[in-house]
Formats: sequence, C-alpha cells, structure tokens
Amino acid sequence: MPMYRHTVHCFYWLFSRLLFLVLLTIACTPAYSRLNIEIFGGGAERIPIAIVPFADENRLQQSITEVVSADLYRSGLFRMVDPGGLRPHAPADVVYSNWSERGASALVIGRTIPMPNGQVEVQFRLMDVARQSQLAAHAAVVPMTQLRAAAHHIADIIYEALTGEVGVFSTRIAYVLKQGNNYALQIADADGYNEHSIIQYTEPIISPAWSPDGSQIAYVSFENKKPVIYVQTLATRQRKAVANFSGSNSAPAWSPDGRKLAVVLSLHGGSQIYLINADGSGLQRLTRSSSIDTEPSFSPDGRHIIFTSDRGGSPQIYRIPVTASESTTAERLTFEGSYNVSPDYSHDGRSFTFIHRHNGRFNVAVQDIATRQVQILTNSQFDESPSFAPNGRMILYATEIGGRGILSAVSRDGSTRQNLSVQAGDIREPAWGPLPRKR
Amino acid sequence: MKKIAGVLIISLLSACASQTTQPTEVDDYSTGSYNGSGSSGADSSAYGSGGSGFYPMNDPGSILSQRSVYFDYDSFSVKSEYREMVVAHAQFLRDNPNAQVILQGNTDDRGSREYNLALGQRRADSVKNIMTLSGARNAQIEAVSFGEEKPRAYGSGESVWSQNRRADIVYRGE
Repeated sequence: MPMYRHTVHCFYWLFSRLLFLVLLTIACTPAYSRLNIEIFGGGAERIPIAIVPFADENRLQQSITEVVSADLYRSGLFRMVDPGGLRPHAPADVVYSNWSERGASALVIGRTIPMPNGQVEVQFRLMDVARQSQLAAHAAVVPMTQLRAAAHHIADIIYEALTGEVGVFSTRIAYVLKQGNNYALQIADADGYNEHSIIQYTEPIISPAWSPDGSQIAYVSFENKKPVIYVQTLATRQRKAVANFSGSNSAPAWSPDGRKLAVVLSLHGGSQIYLINADGSGLQRLTRSSSIDTEPSFSPDGRHIIFTSDRGGSPQIYRIPVTASESTTAERLTFEGSYNVSPDYSHDGRSFTFIHRHNGRFNVAVQDIATRQVQILTNSQFDESPSFAPNGRMILYATEIGGRGILSAVSRDGSTRQNLSVQAGDIREPAWGPLPRKR
Repeated sequence: MKKIAGVLIISLLSACASQTTQPTEVDDYSTGSYNGSGSSGADSSAYGSGGSGFYPMNDPGSILSQRSVYFDYDSFSVKSEYREMVVAHAQFLRDNPNAQVILQGNTDDRGSREYNLALGQRRADSVKNIMTLSGARNAQIEAVSFGEEKPRAYGSGESVWSQNRRADIVYRGE
C-alpha cells in the first residue's frame, strides 16, 4: 500500500488560518487538549473544488469558509482550487469559464446575513462548473455559537452531492487523554474542535463505546481498583455502573437497537462474553469456552457478534450468532498470522477492521467477510482500537509516535491518512461516534 | 526486590483515586452486582490476633510479605518458585476466615488493551486456583485484572516487560 509521507503544502494559507483559530480557541479552552491535524497522502482522483469566501463572514466570530474547506480537504477526496480574487456570491455573478480555466469542477458560493438576536442566516450553493447548473443549496438561521456546526452541515451536503456518500463532518469522536496520572474521557467534533472531558480520574479509563443514537457512552473505569463498566448520558452527565460483578468487567459493545450491551466478565472464571440490558439488568451468558473471549462487536443487523478468542491457540477473530446456545460453534474468520484482535464491524456489515500483527508490528487491517480478503492499511509500529467512520470511508485508530499516543485516521483503501495529536499527553482508545439524528 | 514491590502496592493502595471531575452518580455499584456485595467494601477487620492490628503479611521476615508472582511471556502458569508463597497466603486465608484478598493480574503493554486485560485476568485466576486448592475459600478471593493499564515499570524491553507480567496479592483493608 503506497503511503506518501509528505505533508501537502498547497494549503499553507489554510493552516496558517487554522493556527490563528487554534490560538483563538486556546483563549477559552484548556490549551493542552487541543488536537492538531496533519494529513498524509491522498487519492489520485481528487475532486477539484473552489470555495469562494462567504460574503460578510469576516464580521463573524467564525469563518464558515475555513471550516468547510478544512473538512473537505481532510477527507482526502478533494483538491482545493484557489479562487484568487474572484468573489461571486450569487449564481448570476458566476462566470463559469473563470472556474473551468482554474480547473475547478465544483464551485461553492454563499453569504452570511446578520439577523436579530445575534443569529446569522447562512446560505450556500454548490454549482457544477461543467454543466453550469446548481447541484445543491441550503439556508439556515443559526446562533453565533453554532457556526462551526452549520459549516460542518454544509460540508456534509457538498460531500454527499459530489461523492454520493454520507458525510461525517457533523459526527463526534471519543478518546482517552492521559496526562501524567490523570485520565480524561474526551468528546470532540470529528475535526478535533469543541473537545471537553466527560469524566476525569487518576485511574485508567479504557474502551469507550458510543450508543447508536449518540446520547450515551459506555466505558471501563478503574476508579474502583478494578475494571467496572459505566454508561454515562452525555446531556445530563448522569452515569450508572451497569456491570460491576465480581472480577473484571470490560469491553462494552452496544447492540444496534441500543437496548443491550455485549460485555466481557470474569464472573464465572476466565473472560467470557455476556449480554446485558443497557440498564444493567437481565444478564445472559453468550460464550462458554475455557479460552479468552473478548472484544465483542455487533453486526449492524444485530444478529451476530464478532470477537477475539484464543480458543485455537492464538488470538483470532470469530463470529457467533447472538442467539447462540451451548452447542453453537463459533466460526473462525481470520487465518493469516498469529495475532488478530480488536474487531469492529463496518456499518454495511460487509467487512470488519481489526489489528493484525506482522513482523512485530501491530497494524490496522480490513477483512471482507464474504471473500475473506485482507488488506493491511498502515505500516506503523503500534496501532490499536480501530473503529469505522459511520460512512465506512475512514477508520479511526490510536498509534504511537515518539513514545506518545496519537490518533490517526486512514481511508478504507489506505490511500489517505491523517494524524490528530495533542501538545502534551497521550491520546488513545478512540471511538468514532454515530451520525447525528436527522435534522 | 519483592519486599520493595510489596511496599509499592501498599502505597499504591493508599494513594486512592482522587476524583477530579465528578459526574452525577445514579445507583452506583448496586445494580448489576451479582454476588450482592459491592466489591468496593473495604474490609477493615484486623487479621490475626484478635484485632491487635498486627499484620503478619507485612512482617518482612514472613513469607507473607511477598506479594508478587511473575510470569513468563505469553504464559499464565505459576512458576514453581512462587508456589510456596502462594500456598502460604492460601493457608493464612484458611486460618483467618475474615481475611480477603484481591488478586490483580497485569501484563506488558504489547498488543490490544482488552486482550491484555483478559490475559491479566488469566494470571490472577491461576493464582486463585492454587489458593482455593490449598484451603482458601472462593469467597475470600476476588481475581481482577489491570491488563496493561497499571505498569510497575515504564518503557520497553524485556527487563521492563518482565516486571509487568505479574499478579499481585493485596489484602482488603490493608
């Protein structure tokens, strides 16, 4: 898998603007947790797109144009075309030949209009340069505090119109930030902004898992001197220990309907997979082996669970029906290599991502379930905890650079990769959240 | 070395988790507790001679002051050199029915955190099996895992990893 290791420089201006934004953000949030983003490689077939700075946005606290550009650029599917001094804001102002000469096949124009009560109307249009027609348009009135969210929504509309896939710019990610002996479970927008902790302890936190509707997060905390699974509601910050049985409680995974969790307990010896209602009631054992069974992940139809087991002598990935009885035999899915762990089902149910060890390296891989074909996507040393973006295009994972944990995202085909790091501290255990509910 | 290790564990225990962000607790620790008793309940009863506070497991001259079992790479079998120590703890538990231990399994940091948690559990379970076969009651022992999350030694290389492939014996209420 070719991996270009050079940063793309054509967007230096963008990064300098971003840096300015970073400095602005530092003024109101703890500086240490700011995520930095670097992008490597990129597909050959990038869509050339020009984004004209939105009219009157320099009066706003937040530039819409910068957020939309950064989102599209980060996806690895777009090449940004410099609009130079051209400033059309309405379709009638667009001279299409100007844009075809610049090599743009898509053009974004828009404006911002101040409204009473500190609100802003944001309008935009996506134009097809070759056909000289409008592909998409959207207008919304938003409060000043929601300008980034409004920009992510615009980027989603552009992404979907031009690629045919759902955009994930309005999604959130969760990860654990370790600084010294302090562990914080962080939530951030997919671009690393708006990060905040939902819980902080001086004991480890691992394995965050988003509920399918994005309203809750299950995680494992060691605050009670052993691993215990909690479910925390993001809006209210209320939380509950849903699995605090004798022994260890870990590896929570939500069923697609959000009603159940698959969990790993050592209640009856060993590490075995159980199902439990999301409120902690109705415990039911799923696997019955004398081996390690852990890291469950539900299929999107809720009918199967894939998991890591060493029942064959080395850790490999297996699949079992959720309705498994004692006599059910789990189906082994991975055969290449002696260490395949941490599976996560893709949202279309056709593949899963996992960590594959090869020559002492731990790398992100994807396996097609029907053909069993494996593709190794990274060439780093220690990758961990891969999870698919809701549109299946990217995989978020943790890796290590210079002994420090950072987050990385790699495209499903391995062509594009981005790093997300913090100034001081380790970040690990990422989980990509679901799509926001329909607006 | 092992005595130092024992002291380390005790100081780790006393350095309780200080909570810096406190979410609202709802019915914490009660729901889902299969055995009815919250595992966090610190048992403050003194062991040995009728509440005098004398802990033979802290006497450097006692084999009970040894608390760590070290494991080979990818292994969870208790090596013969640790058996006498583990059995001595089991006999102490047998003779002191109110005493309880937590066995904390640990691993080095190579590989998946959750898989390592399961490997650490297996190490704690191995020690528990020897103890229950040597007279300790099941209810006196809770085997848990820290996986790779609480290393004793930091860094990489065999000298670091070997210290982290370990199960620790910790008495409740110490």
